[in-house]
Amino acid sequence: MSRILAALGVLVALMFAPLAPAHADDAAFAAAVAGLDQKSFPKRAEAVATLGTLGHARTETVLRALADGTLFARKEDRQVVIGRLSGDAYSLSDAATGAPAGSAPSGELAKIIANNQMRGQIQDILGRFLLFSTDAEDRIRAADQVLSNPDASAVAQVRNALKTENEPAVRQRLERALAAALLSGGGTTEERLAAVQTLGNTNEPALRGLIQRTAANDADDAVRAAATSALAAIDRRLVFLDMGQNLVFGLSLGSVLLLAAIGLAITFGVMGVINMAHGEMIMLGAYTTFVVQQAFRAYLPPDLFGLYLVVAVPMAFVVAGAVGVAMERSVIRFLYGRPLETLLATWGISLMLQQAIRSSFGATNREVANPAWMSGAMDFLGLTLTTNRIVIIIFAAAVVLALAAFLRWSAMGLNMRAVTQNRSMAAAMGIPTGRVDALTFGLGSGIAGVAGVALSQVSNVSPSLGQGYIVDSFMVVVFGGVGSLWGTVVGAMSLGIVNKFLEPYSGAVLAKILVLVIIILFIQKRPRGLFALRGRFVE
Amino acid sequence: MKKTLRSLAAATALAAVGAVSALPAWAADTIKVGILHSLSGTMAISETTLKDAMLMMIDDLNKQGGLLGKQVEPVVVDPASNWPLFAEKARELLEKDKVDVMFGCWTSVSRKSVLPVVEDLNGLLFYPVQYEGEESSRNVFYTGAAPNQQAIPAVDYLMNDLGVKRWVLAGTDYVYPRTTNKILEQYLIDKGVAPADIMVNYTPFGHADWQTIVSDVKKFGSAGKKTAVVSTINGDANVPFYKELANQGIKANDIPVVAFSVGEEELAGIDTKPLVGHLAAWNYFMSEDSPANAAFIKKWHAFTKDTKRVTNDPMEAHFIGFNMWVQAVRQAGTTDVDAVRQAMYGQKVANLTGGVSEMMPNHHITKPVLIGEIQPDGQFATVWQTEGLVAGDAWSDFIPESKKLNADWTYPWVCGNCEKPKFAPLAGM
Repeated sequence: MSRILAALGVLVALMFAPLAPAHADDAAFAAAVAGLDQKSFPKRAEAVATLGTLGHARTETVLRALADGTLFARKEDRQVVIGRLSGDAYSLSDAATGAPAGSAPSGELAKIIANNQMRGQIQDILGRFLLFSTDAEDRIRAADQVLSNPDASAVAQVRNALKTENEPAVRQRLERALAAALLSGGGTTEERLAAVQTLGNTNEPALRGLIQRTAANDADDAVRAAATSALAAIDRRLVFLDMGQNLVFGLSLGSVLLLAAIGLAITFGVMGVINMAHGEMIMLGAYTTFVVQQAFRAYLPPDLFGLYLVVAVPMAFVVAGAVGVAMERSVIRFLYGRPLETLLATWGISLMLQQAIRSSFGATNREVANPAWMSGAMDFLGLTLTTNRIVIIIFAAAVVLALAAFLRWSAMGLNMRAVTQNRSMAAAMGIPTGRVDALTFGLGSGIAGVAGVALSQVSNVSPSLGQGYIVDSFMVVVFGGVGSLWGTVVGAMSLGIVNKFLEPYSGAVLAKILVLVIIILFIQKRPRGLFALRGRFVE
Repeated sequence: MKKTLRSLAAATALAAVGAVSALPAWAADTIKVGILHSLSGTMAISETTLKDAMLMMIDDLNKQGGLLGKQVEPVVVDPASNWPLFAEKARELLEKDKVDVMFGCWTSVSRKSVLPVVEDLNGLLFYPVQYEGEESSRNVFYTGAAPNQQAIPAVDYLMNDLGVKRWVLAGTDYVYPRTTNKILEQYLIDKGVAPADIMVNYTPFGHADWQTIVSDVKKFGSAGKKTAVVSTINGDANVPFYKELANQGIKANDIPVVAFSVGEEELAGIDTKPLVGHLAAWNYFMSEDSPANAAFIKKWHAFTKDTKRVTNDPMEAHFIGFNMWVQAVRQAGTTDVDAVRQAMYGQKVANLTGGVSEMMPNHHITKPVLIGEIQPDGQFATVWQTEGLVAGDAWSDFIPESKKLNADWTYPWVCGNCEKPKFAPLAGM
């Protein structure tokens, strides 16, 4: 009823519009805003489109509120308002005019929901507003928006923007955006030819698609020929790019495997303990990350939030390391030299740790957010590099180097090597072998915990997190050569890269199987793995 | 130390004996409901919630005076996400605990493992999860969605409302996604989609490295035709998948992903901001605005003592299934399996989305189909729904060999996969 009244009101306003030309825009705008509050999504989308064409001063505010989910309809009178949460209630302002409209608890407001189509519309409309923003970053983003979603209707606006643009970086993008928009329709033959030239050096799949369509469908022979040769050039480059992309993917998968396996390279590789609870050490690290994140959310200002990972790394090391030391002292030290019992006991411990976490944190996944500096992607020579993967590659390298340095140069590292190479001789030299065993196991577990911090960024944090990595970890260590740190590094990287080069041809399932087969065959040939330890200490 | 351990073990054993010996004293005049959901292992993430939901509804029923004048007693067992153990635990529930009905299973493989046991011992199982269809057992009631109550309407929505022309069917490599994708592929081809416009991809359970696949999807989607991903990716693998999508800059308005296994519970473990606008198809969303749903959520929060706990589609399925069973028991006046089964057909129960679901003779129910978009708060906003309710179809019309099969457990059909009725009408009648 009230909706009909509102519509009537709008009609009346429209009837009087010719009498009051100054308010004509406002009335049409108010009508479109009222049109957002309808049950049917297509009708709402129409209202959004109308708002976009009206170009009213408040269009941007209203559309942004709609996209952000702060646009409401007040239930009692269906007035469309923008709400800002203050305390328990929303303080409201009228969407059409911006006038304050009191406040209301959330129960009295119905959120006006945007669907995908509307969100796309809003993005396009707002994006074109941004072409004229004072901030060069905004203009670049707006130009990229047109470029990634080219449409003939953007031509005029991009041309206008080009008239006033002085920043070379923005100009270059705008020219490409213009070319893409012209190719999507509306350009003259010369313009389309020039556009093919401009876009010929692209590696973007979306623009390649555009050129491919031009090559197939363009009305003009010359344009089609130009597009065809541009397409061939793009495809030649893409062959190399694909290989580069696979290499990067492989390195990134390899560094995840490396992080998962490096702790095991110590506990299994160096100490010879078949540690089935290794995955749970990773899991503990991931849960430590979650706890640190929650503490940051609760006690520290939001702008420090991005640093929580930095704090989580040492915390995870300490937590997982302490559990590792406790495990070694209470169970594993009684089982040295009895691999079967060790296997069963650590398997039991892994189940206990999982269930302990499940009882205290719940069985469901815990949300660990990527900090802003670990989200998104960058473009490097036409390769899409996702930031979190790059950070993980660097992080894995740092962990390996730190560990190698520790084993090579620190006194503790010397003791560890001495004990694992010749226990009785080391004991005769006065090294407390029991303590060194505990600390070595703690070190391996602690590093697994640190891996958990990194894995929480790409995977889920759930009690069974470690289960997914245990087999892979053993595979890497055995393949690389038991007892060799560098073997583990090379093993992880080669498995990652082989997997990623196989995947496009064989699919993910078969790739995994093939890698397993390759390892089995390899172990037949070289039972001690890639980097076999030599010398009299090898039993 | 050793001594304390030993005495601790003795105490535990004593306590266990005490608990067992305490049972028969009041078990004689109770109605037993078996709950067969994994409380440990990989599926605990989803199934624990269902166990809690069952306990809540049983508790509620007991507060209202129970059933047939008796109290209802839940018997909870833990099959530990171990498929063969599901069969053993089901046998234990039926033979040892003598339960009157079972509610349980999540994965199709666990249901398939229980199937011979319930059929052999003539038990009753209520299965609450959306599944691939192609099955109708006399001893199982399927309260989750069949493919025609989830997958097909979702594809229709993408095709008609979003104008999708190119399709990526991505799934985890096991029976549910394989069968669903087989049905969908045939459906799309029947609708005139060229095979070149369909990309099918399978990944192992718990797949964590989605870089190659997401970049392939991006390439596939750049052919100038609107592209969508239909995802039957299971549970745990979803988080890294959505993270990779967000990181590679694929937004919902470029390439929407419609998922059949991602609900409120799964979203609770993800930072949902980059996912806003991706879709899911279910028969229930927690955000549904109905008085029944509001009351259910309120009870759930009170029962779990946690106002942040979410509700989801399989919980609603158990809600419908449990209420149907209660009504059927009341109508039959007994918990005898054969009598209850007979009373189940046509049983009507108000669902949580404002409609009334009915049990069909093929052991499936009628449900509305909803398409929702992920919101920043981890909830779904319904953007489309079917007019009225859709009846579950056990055998898909899009698999040639299933097309001719019919499931109907009422006379004269009385079978789960027949081409013609088992019984002919009596002569002269």
